[in-house]
Amino acid sequence: MLERAEPAEAGRLAPLLPMLAAQSRAQLVQLVRSPFYGLFSLALPIIFWVFFGLPRAHVTMFGVSGGAYLLASYGAYAIANTMLFTFGIGIAWERGRKQDLLMRATPLRPSVYLVARLVAAAAFGLVTLVVLSLLAWLTGGVRLEAGQWATLVWRLLVGSLPLFMLGLAIGYLVTDQASTAVVNLVGLPMFLASGLIIPLRELPDFVQTAAPYLPAYRYGQLAWGAVGAQADPPLTDLLWLAAYTAVFVAIALRAYRIDESSKFI
Amino acid sequence: MPAEVVTFEHVSKRYGPVLALDDVSLSIAAGEVVALLGPNGAGKTTAISIMLGLRRASSGTARLFGVHPTDLRARSRCGVMLQESGTPELLTVHEIVRLFGTYYPRRLPAAEALRLAGLEELAGARLDHLSGGQRQRLFFALAVTGDPEVLFLDEPTVGMDVEGRRTFLAAIRRRARDGSTIVLTTHYLEEADQLAGRIVVFDRGVIIADAPPAEIKARVAGKRLTLRFGTDVDAALFAGAPVTGVRTDGATATMLSARPVDVIRHVLAARADLLDLDVGGADLEEAFLHLTGGAQQATNA
Repeated sequence: MLERAEPAEAGRLAPLLPMLAAQSRAQLVQLVRSPFYGLFSLALPIIFWVFFGLPRAHVTMFGVSGGAYLLASYGAYAIANTMLFTFGIGIAWERGRKQDLLMRATPLRPSVYLVARLVAAAAFGLVTLVVLSLLAWLTGGVRLEAGQWATLVWRLLVGSLPLFMLGLAIGYLVTDQASTAVVNLVGLPMFLASGLIIPLRELPDFVQTAAPYLPAYRYGQLAWGAVGAQADPPLTDLLWLAAYTAVFVAIALRAYRIDESSKFI
Repeated sequence: MPAEVVTFEHVSKRYGPVLALDDVSLSIAAGEVVALLGPNGAGKTTAISIMLGLRRASSGTARLFGVHPTDLRARSRCGVMLQESGTPELLTVHEIVRLFGTYYPRRLPAAEALRLAGLEELAGARLDHLSGGQRQRLFFALAVTGDPEVLFLDEPTVGMDVEGRRTFLAAIRRRARDGSTIVLTTHYLEEADQLAGRIVVFDRGVIIADAPPAEIKARVAGKRLTLRFGTDVDAALFAGAPVTGVRTDGATATMLSARPVDVIRHVLAARADLLDLDVGGADLEEAFLHLTGGAQQATNA
C-alpha cells in the first residue's frame, strides 16, 4: 500500500523503560496471585524434594551428592514448568478472553509485552530456585559453592529459552479450555522421562534410551553439569537446545500468524 | 481547516464471501463528535476496527492522524473502548489503569481517570469481580487514561443500567466539550442524537446518510402502520402510496411510512373494508429499513 509522506507532527511515543517495568511488575503480580500457577511451579518441586530428594540426599549420584544432583533436577523442573505453564496456558487464556484485542488497541508493543512476561517468569523462577536451595540446605544439608549456584541459576534461566518457545507455540495453537490439559500432557511425561523428577538411572531402560532426544533432558544436563555431575562445558546439550529452540520458534511464529490473521486481518 | 483525524478512501472489507464494507469514503476532523449508527451487521464495528488498525482494509486506504492506523504514534493519541475485549482478571482496577497510563506519552493521573469513569470506589476491586456495567466504566477509564486527542467508543453503553448510562453519557459530553474528538458506534438513534454533532448511518456496508442529527431524525421519523381488512389484501394495493417495507399476511398488511395520513387516504380510495388500523413509532431497525428503502427509491427514480 502506498503511504503519504508522514507529517512531522505524527506524535510521540511513551518512554519504553517505564512501560516495560510497569508491565513486568503487573505480570509478576498476576503470577503471584494465580493459585494454580503457584501450586505447580513452587509446591510440586518442594514435594518432589521431600519425597524423592531427601531420602537420596547423602547417596552419591553421578559422582556428586544426591542432594546436589536432585536440587539441580528440581530447579530445572521448576523453571521449565514455569516457562511452559505461563506461556502455554497464559497466552491461550488471554486469546480466549480477548485480552489480546484490548492490548492491540493500545500503543503497547507486542515485543515489550512478551519481554515483560519473560521477565516476570524469570523473576518467579528465581524466587523458586532460592526457596528450593534454602529448603535443600536446611533439610538435607545441601550446600553448593557460590560459583556453582550462580552457574546453576543463569544456565537454568537462559537455557529455558526452548521451553519458553514451546510454551508460546502451545499457547497459540490450542484453545484456552484445552491448554491446561495439553501443557500437562506435554510437560509431565517429558519432565519424567528426562529424569527431572526421578533420577534417570532409576527409570526403565527404554526411557533412558529415549531421554537424550528430549529438550528437557538436555536442559537437565545444563543443571547437572553446573553441580559437577556431568562433563562440562555441555556443548552437545547447547546444540540440541539451540536446535529445539529453532523448531519451536518456527512453530510458535506460524501459530501466531494464523491466530493473528483470523482476528486482525 | 482542522486536521483530519480519520481518513477513509474507498475502503472495502471482505470477510470471505461477506462484503462488510463496500467502497466507503469518510473523513473525520479534529474536534468532531461523530456517531456511526446502524443495525447489527451494518459495518460499524468493522469501520472502527479499520480506523484503529485492528483490521486491515481489503482495498482502499485508511489513515489515522495522517499515518497508517497501526503506527504506534497515531495509536498513542487514541483512547479506545472495544466491544467484548477482555481484561486480565487478577489485577485491581487501580493497577490496570496505572499500567495502561504507562503506554501513553501523555497521561492522566490514575485517580483522575478513575474519577472521570466514576470508579473511585472500586479502585481496589479485582477485575474478575466487576459487573458488566462496571466493566464498561473500566474500559472508559482505560480509554481516557492516556489523555487522548480522540476517543473511539464501540457500543459504549451496552450492559449499562439507566443511571450508569446517564452518568456515562455526561462524561463523554464533558470530554467532547473539552475539545476531544469522539467517534462512537451505537444502534440507539437517541444516544447518537444526544452526543453527536454528526451521524453517519451505515447499512449493509455502505454509508446511507451522513448529516447532523436533526436532519437524520427528520428522515427516519417513520411510522409503522398495521392495517386489517375484511378480506385478503394484496401488496399491489399500496402501489403509488408513500410506503416502504410492505408485508401482507392474509387480510393484514404492515408497512413503514413517513406520511401515514396519506397512506390511509390512498387505501380508503380503493378499499372500503378497512376494519382496523394501528400506527406506532418505528423502532430503529425499521427506521433504517425505511431509510434504505428511500435510498433505493431515489436511485430507481
